[in-house]
Amino acid sequence: MRTLRSSASVAPLAAALIALAAFPYVGGKFYVDLVLTTMILSIFALSLELLVGNTGLVSFGHAAFFGIGAYATALLTPSANAPSLAWLLPAVLVIAGLAAAAIGALSLRTRGVYFIMVTLAFAQMAYYVFHDTKLAGGSDGMYLYVKPVLAIGGFTLVDLGNSRTFYYATLAALALVFALLATIGRSRFGHALAGIRANEQRMRAVGFSTYSYKLAAFVLGGALAGIAGFLHAVKDGFVNPEILAWHQSGAVLLMLILGGIGSLRGAVLGAFIFVLLKELFQSEVLFGGFARHWQLPLGLTIIACVALMPNGVVAVPAQLRRLRAPVAHAG
Amino acid sequence: MDFAVFLVQCLNAVQYGLLLFLVASGLTLIFGILGVINLAHGSFYMIGAYLAYALAPWVATHLGGGFFTALVIGLVLSVAFGYVLEWGFVSYLYHREHLQQVLMTYGLILVFEELRSILVGDDVHGVPPPAWLAGSIPLGGVMSYPLYRLFISGVCIAVALGLYAVIARTRLGMAIRAGASNREMVQSLGVDIRLLYRIVFASGVALAVFAGMIAAPVSSVYPGMGNQVLIVSFVVVVIGGIGSIRGALLASLLVGFVDTFGNVLMPQIAGMLVYVLMAVILLWRPEGLFRTS
Repeated sequence: MRTLRSSASVAPLAAALIALAAFPYVGGKFYVDLVLTTMILSIFALSLELLVGNTGLVSFGHAAFFGIGAYATALLTPSANAPSLAWLLPAVLVIAGLAAAAIGALSLRTRGVYFIMVTLAFAQMAYYVFHDTKLAGGSDGMYLYVKPVLAIGGFTLVDLGNSRTFYYATLAALALVFALLATIGRSRFGHALAGIRANEQRMRAVGFSTYSYKLAAFVLGGALAGIAGFLHAVKDGFVNPEILAWHQSGAVLLMLILGGIGSLRGAVLGAFIFVLLKELFQSEVLFGGFARHWQLPLGLTIIACVALMPNGVVAVPAQLRRLRAPVAHAG
Repeated sequence: MDFAVFLVQCLNAVQYGLLLFLVASGLTLIFGILGVINLAHGSFYMIGAYLAYALAPWVATHLGGGFFTALVIGLVLSVAFGYVLEWGFVSYLYHREHLQQVLMTYGLILVFEELRSILVGDDVHGVPPPAWLAGSIPLGGVMSYPLYRLFISGVCIAVALGLYAVIARTRLGMAIRAGASNREMVQSLGVDIRLLYRIVFASGVALAVFAGMIAAPVSSVYPGMGNQVLIVSFVVVVIGGIGSIRGALLASLLVGFVDTFGNVLMPQIAGMLVYVLMAVILLWRPEGLFRTS
């Protein structure tokens, strides 16, 4: 775990932030929308990075919290008057966090591959709750007719119905989540989580109640995924059960692995790479009729990426350096 | 629910459970012995079903044979396919982390699904059962039960017994059991572990393809059919305990009964019952019913 961060490693982050902030002024509507989607997925991927990269908890059911956040937003949004951000967002956070507390408290009794499967099982349960019951429109999903606003004394400060405002709100959320997780990574709590990933037995031996640390991480990860779900629901104005499906949990894991597990920027990079690859192969301009079969090149690219970059895109510079200056093995 | 209905549902539950067992047993062997989380296992089931659909007209015109000829050809093809896939792809995964295996086999799912879409299209197809199995047998007066479903159960039981005989009674089975508990030790005793792995993987693929082929006449053939089976098979493997064939058998029957009776008695929440079952069992026994350690 790095404790010192040189200005050289902060520079690319600042550049990325400025680029994202400037993008709506240069990019077309389609591309701005694409970047917006990617930023939401980045928040989702970051929330899982806290569990997988930091704590070593591979959750295969993280889409549940994304979906619960999105559904909570849809269900709490009144049909006519715009809800206030001031209570809607905290409510969504609390609901997603409570769901994560319940699921985490039970799942964390298991470990390893069994943990992967139990989290999947709970996510599938959540999927069927929304898919098979009349709670929120069943398999058809439901619409949100009004977007949340933040108003003080009749003066509207933030209106998420405005697409430009929504873009910057999402960017701010991404930056805040990134900063929060970076701070946690360097805090005592983050070090304890990293210790649990490295050797849980030893952490327990030195007196840490590892179960409560893991549960705290799980709840925080779930609540942050709820924010991503909130943004997703507000952006699309529509939620359906497919956002909780198991391949969503798979896709977000994919983003982490593509980007590089154990690094926050890897999670964001992975989300961008995943969305861009998908868009690229779906492009009819480039691939013509074959664009219909975009999953084939995507699948092959994923396999090639993992084969050639086992530690993700963030580790590529180090990998290249090793190639250029091969160090002879001692002896 | 009167007795005849109850009986029919029991038969359905057993048939579904045994079919799941064919897929899950391969998955648990590959998981337990090769140490590979193979997400593409559901694709093999899908490939089997499409093979049954695609081979039938070809076999009828060129060989003059029927369903069973197609079944045999499909089995031979699947063993060869599994063998080549292990040699060219899976053997590179053994030293990778679980997460990377998950990702690479996820890539395989996409590849297989799209190849299927390019080769046979995205339509839903029915596959007729062989003529002499197309009838049904009367059951308690008004009810009747399709013969073909009984045939599936019978075949699955035969395969399960065969699998048991191979694993418990042959030298190969001995090597497999030993490989599951300590791979380095087996290797140092002179067993060619690479060949052993190749055989286990090819058998796993063949079991899943075979399950898909015999399931095709009852389930019909449709895109994405592999993914649904994959997740349920993982549930079975985990409930049974990773690497345990006995556990997989018990778990698949449990899942078969819970799913079938859930659909009859509580259709509203039937979809999630299997996952509730899994969560409850794992909370009670965090390593499955029969953990082979």
